[in-house]
Amino acid sequence: MIWGVLQFPGSCDERDALHACELAGDGARLIWHESRDLDGVDGVVVPGGFSYGDYLRAGAIARFSPAMEAVAEAAEAGAPVLGICNGFQVLCEAGLLPGALLRNVELRFRCHQVDLIEEGTGERLSIPAKHGEGRYYAPEEMLDEIERNGQIAYRYAEGHNSNGSVRDIAGVTNERGNVLGLMPHPEHAVDPLTGSTDGLRVFARMDRLVSA
Amino acid sequence: MTVGTPKYRELGLTDSEYELIVEKLGREPNDVELAMFSLLWSEHCAYKHSRKLLRRLPTEGERVVMGPGENAGAVDVGGGYAVAFKVESHNHPSAVEPFQGAATGVGGILRDVFAIGARPIAILDSLRFGELDSVRSRHLLDGAVRGIGHYGNSIGVATVGGEIYFEEPYEHNCLVNAMCIGFAKTADMVRAAAAGVGNSVVLMGASTGRDGIGGASVLASAELGEGDEEKRPTVQIGDPFEESKVLECCLELLAKGLLVSLQDLGAAGLTSSAGEMASAGGVGIDIDVAEVPLREADMEPFEIMVSESQERMLAVVEPERVAEVRAICEKWQTGSAEIGEVTDSGLIRILRGGEVVGEMPVEALVDGCPLYDLDPAEPGGWIYGNRQTLAEGAAPEEELLALLGAPSIASKRWAFEQYDSLVGSRTVRRPEQADAAVLQLPESGNAIAVSIDGNGRRVACDPYGGTIDAVLECAQNLACVGAEPLGLTNCLNFGNPEKPTGAWQLDRAVSGLADACNALGVPVVGGNVSLYNEGPDGPIYPTPVVALVGEVPDPARVAGNAFVREGDAIGLIGPFAPTLHGSELAKQRGQLKMGLPQPDVAAVAAACTIVRDAVRAGKLASAHDVSDGGLAVAIAESAIAGGIGCEANVEHLRERGCQPEEALFGEGGGGFLVSGDREVLEELGAVLIGTVGGEQIAIGAGDRSLSVSLAAAESAWRSLDLA
Repeated sequence: MIWGVLQFPGSCDERDALHACELAGDGARLIWHESRDLDGVDGVVVPGGFSYGDYLRAGAIARFSPAMEAVAEAAEAGAPVLGICNGFQVLCEAGLLPGALLRNVELRFRCHQVDLIEEGTGERLSIPAKHGEGRYYAPEEMLDEIERNGQIAYRYAEGHNSNGSVRDIAGVTNERGNVLGLMPHPEHAVDPLTGSTDGLRVFARMDRLVSA
Repeated sequence: MTVGTPKYRELGLTDSEYELIVEKLGREPNDVELAMFSLLWSEHCAYKHSRKLLRRLPTEGERVVMGPGENAGAVDVGGGYAVAFKVESHNHPSAVEPFQGAATGVGGILRDVFAIGARPIAILDSLRFGELDSVRSRHLLDGAVRGIGHYGNSIGVATVGGEIYFEEPYEHNCLVNAMCIGFAKTADMVRAAAAGVGNSVVLMGASTGRDGIGGASVLASAELGEGDEEKRPTVQIGDPFEESKVLECCLELLAKGLLVSLQDLGAAGLTSSAGEMASAGGVGIDIDVAEVPLREADMEPFEIMVSESQERMLAVVEPERVAEVRAICEKWQTGSAEIGEVTDSGLIRILRGGEVVGEMPVEALVDGCPLYDLDPAEPGGWIYGNRQTLAEGAAPEEELLALLGAPSIASKRWAFEQYDSLVGSRTVRRPEQADAAVLQLPESGNAIAVSIDGNGRRVACDPYGGTIDAVLECAQNLACVGAEPLGLTNCLNFGNPEKPTGAWQLDRAVSGLADACNALGVPVVGGNVSLYNEGPDGPIYPTPVVALVGEVPDPARVAGNAFVREGDAIGLIGPFAPTLHGSELAKQRGQLKMGLPQPDVAAVAAACTIVRDAVRAGKLASAHDVSDGGLAVAIAESAIAGGIGCEANVEHLRERGCQPEEALFGEGGGGFLVSGDREVLEELGAVLIGTVGGEQIAIGAGDRSLSVSLAAAESAWRSLDLA
């Protein structure tokens, strides 16, 4: 699988995502935010950072970029799309994922290792989280609906939901399952030297969509 | 401001300095020229009270790629790569407006590093505030931590380490020192010297506004006092998004070989960057202020020349490449304007729409400021206060918990979790996992370790010995992760050098720094000086902050500071002979006074080598430098970090002349607390002092023996939380 990693002005984790995609897949390249052409990639990562400075609202401007129009079309066609942190915020702003990310309940940016439980398999993953606006929120009816549809991908393990997300939700998918957004950073968990390799399992999950 | 005071005095120049300017120009300066001279001749820019002292520092070394005088120092890390690094203070802006002061401190040091063509890969910071029971100190701490996080997190550079101390003398004048580490292909690095007569001068990045006008002279070169809130408009406002674009833009321009030279705009704005580029290149520069993109159309030429608006860079570009440079700036959605030209006149000429509004010889403006000798005098005794918070007869358990819970010693998790410590995928050891930050460099196949240290209280007790201790502590922190020092940078935070005590502290500290660096064989590749750090109650503790960058051949071998295995032996390595002089315990007892025992630098250096080699060979389970709070605190820290207790006995230190309470809580250089196999520790010459295991921290020390539960120790150590 060949990955494309979007690069906005203000992206921070795009080089880390590129490296993780190279490890997890068969290759990866950066895609400039002004490009409407995804360069033939099989899947797309919308990376973390502070796209366009995030001064208005996290992800609010990036969703209008030409590259995001192309991503929406690719998502519609069933391509895997992984939004990490700011990328998750962008995908929610773009309406490709349900819900929204609000400021952390403690109103502070926090960087620490968290444990996630993958919905369905019950697998436990240790992955870093680092954000100031990561409190997942959706109205009750929508939450009930995405639970019913199996759209909750990851929840924070007990004691690890430090941002105040509803129902401990750390990551959700679209109804079809090919678009996944999560606040913790799998691309920062691909090297035992820097802490954990559990992030590779998130990329593997996306990979299965292509091979399936 | 008093009516009738000459304008040059309001701008911080003395009568004799003004006379010298008139002599050098052959006439009275006009307003534009006066504004520019007053900034470049300020302490902050001209180092007029410190430059002579700094000549004592050793700056040569075989691994030095760039030394003092460049935007940042740099050392060779092998494989054709170099690591650049620099520390700078942003003390006075932070004391006036902590969030923006600290944020722009980070922004400024990042620009210094990418100005030489290195990609910033890490930030560290060294902070000092008054005691935490002060509302002002909590406000400053909160603002500074948020500001550092805001800028570093947003621009995507990992904040991997640092230190925070709380002491009464910083109550009014906090210290915010920010350090940046950069990584570059040595061949791609660029110097700041302007060259090539006829080349264009291009200003890139943000537009120029009225923020930060006079920051270098008004804020950075005078004591703080009443009415400082009126100085808020002199504090710059940071925009990390703009800087992120400028950073990527500059690195792309350098990678494509489109720039002749590059310089950041920091204190004194265009005046200092144009002046320093011209001076370094031995050329002149013309600048037309009408070409500078402005935030407010009605800015005066002098305002444009001295504005400290952030996120701006100045480049020298060959005329035929200007279009390509501007196109890349456009790609990154950042500004660019051709504002001037390199000349052979030896003059800095300021024009407005072609009309000359200022004209000064570069030599007079940049290098003409007189350098002063200090008039040092040793004070008769302890000039700072003493405040008792712990009774002398307290039980040793109570003392240990009081030390672990002291804000300067307690875990700083509350602060460092507000920083992204991971972005860039280089962070092998996160904050508090080891004594130094460790960053892997897959490009060159190795890693670097970085530590930033300073203990103002000990330097106040003895500026010479205390500064040596700071360098040794930094070296010991590096040894604990198996790193060999390659270069040192520093930030000298002191009080008023025109006062005899301030002069004495500075003079002695610089000598200590020079002697320590010579003894360790470590070159000083750069530095920064921040003077006039005084409030209404007097000067700060003299605070030289030193930072070492060292090489780690194999990051997989790096030891942590946590006890690992039940049954491991605990050992003490090094010529550690602690006393209560200048210690945290002496502070809490209100017993601070002048004097420190002199460290044996050669013996400490030998111990560093033993520990470094053992870590590199993977022989140690843990290694931890003994510093604030002494051996008992170091033992407790390793136990808490590992989540496992221990039994130890420190009575062996009696042989080194230590009383039981000195053995427990005394401080001094040269102590390494290690754990591992008993035979291995014996081979290394460690004194065996205990065994890892259990739920208690039990330390035998004669009539001061103590035992506390791991949980009680951890709860005290984790007590720092401003949430």
